[in-house]
Amino acid sequence: MFEAVAFYLFAFLTISMFYIAVTTSQALYALSALAAGMIFISAFFFILGADFLGAVQIVVYSGAVMALYAFGMMFFDTTRDVKEKQGNKAIVIGLSVISAVLVVLIVSAPIIGSNIEAFYPVTEGAGNVQEVGMVLFTKYLVPFEVAAVMLLVAMIAGIVLAGKKMDLSLTLMNEQEILEMREESKSKKVLP
Amino acid sequence: METAYLIETVIKIVVILLIFSALAGIGTYFERKVLAFMQRRLGPVNVGPFGLLQVAADGIKLFTKEDIVPKNVVGRIFKIAPVITAATAFMAAAAIPFLPSFTLFGYEVHPIVADINIGILYILGVMGIGLYGPLLGGMASANKFSLLSAARGAAIFISYEVITGLSILAPIMMVGSLSLIDFNEYQAGGITDWIVWSQPVAFILFWIAAFAETGRTPFHLIANDHEIIDGFGTEYSGMRWGLFFIGEYANMFFISFVMALIFLGGYGDGSFLGALGLLAKVAFFFFFFLWTRAAWPDVRPDQLMWLCWKVLMPIAVINIVITGIVMM
Repeated sequence: MFEAVAFYLFAFLTISMFYIAVTTSQALYALSALAAGMIFISAFFFILGADFLGAVQIVVYSGAVMALYAFGMMFFDTTRDVKEKQGNKAIVIGLSVISAVLVVLIVSAPIIGSNIEAFYPVTEGAGNVQEVGMVLFTKYLVPFEVAAVMLLVAMIAGIVLAGKKMDLSLTLMNEQEILEMREESKSKKVLP
Repeated sequence: METAYLIETVIKIVVILLIFSALAGIGTYFERKVLAFMQRRLGPVNVGPFGLLQVAADGIKLFTKEDIVPKNVVGRIFKIAPVITAATAFMAAAAIPFLPSFTLFGYEVHPIVADINIGILYILGVMGIGLYGPLLGGMASANKFSLLSAARGAAIFISYEVITGLSILAPIMMVGSLSLIDFNEYQAGGITDWIVWSQPVAFILFWIAAFAETGRTPFHLIANDHEIIDGFGTEYSGMRWGLFFIGEYANMFFISFVMALIFLGGYGDGSFLGALGLLAKVAFFFFFFLWTRAAWPDVRPDQLMWLCWKVLMPIAVINIVITGIVMM
């Protein structure tokens, strides 16, 4: 009974939060609703007994949305409404409904066909974290390592893109050196 | 789900809420007294014996003050931000074992609301969400000082979450579990079993990150009085400001509990003496927060980032590698 109540409560909360995130024209409402929706999703993991995935959902998405806030702060005044360019509404709504129906069909087709079975049944006596680890480091080892390499590539690319003057530290320089550096960059016509 | 379990959980939640809301108030009294002692002042002396009723006077003031919502703010976000800080602080408490289990009128009580097997991860995640409070309050306030404070809050959040996670990974590898009760059992043998002896580096790193997590003085950049007024709290008044305050102090107590449980043996073997020991360790960590505030100046934001990414993070990674090699 509790599970059903919790499921419908959090389903309602999640959908209404994402509805706000899509429809509002106020950037702060949209970002906060997005963060709240992401956190409410973790409730489904907790209901299903996948505590580890629930906590990871909270940690990862709260950090990710925080970065979005930072971008919002840098690019526009978040206390004003955003003027959105309204395209053809019929096309937008039609396409989103079709894609939503498609996703539901794709996910639920194997369940309706009832040929879905668990390859890796729950190990007795092992905790949530251990179970995830066992599957991740046996069956899915190669995708896991590939993802790690991709993240490494992205990190190095980020360092190269942002890393001009990484050898200098404003903290360790005195005023004279900072002024000289500014002059130098001005003469080179490069943004400091 | 028996009714007894439900009633027990609700009672635990109410007790924790009441105790720690009250402790947040009393914490401000101790903070003033300790700071006054260290700075050769008297602190609160006029209201009640030793100024003890100052807490009540402050409470009455906060509750009865007019709740002002300025004109250009983003109304709903502005109103909800303090609630996020206070609520997430108490949500984190759900996975903390405050005392060893004891028997009350023949009924065994476990003083932990939810013994989930990923306790420490949940606590850190929810405490991380707590920084949404200052961030949203700062961004919704339509005030430049608040906005600066929000930007600093986001920067601290993104960098110091890394330190917290990496520093705690080495003890987790040793214990092999994420539950705080398992951490306690691992160190139940006595002082020599404490993780702080085998992981001193992780302990220091986590302690430093705890100051950033709670926004206390060496890293008190999000509400730095002498640069940006009260930061995210500038536009707040009355009980909404009070909620920020309760959240901050409750967070200090909870992170003290977490540090004592992970590194300093927690409540040990579960005896009465062990329970007292846990409370003493928590009191020491809380006192250390106040001591640091009296003794240290604030660092600059760029120094904070430098410290995080160029000093603490490499040390944390090296610590994990060495722990892994030793364990193999």
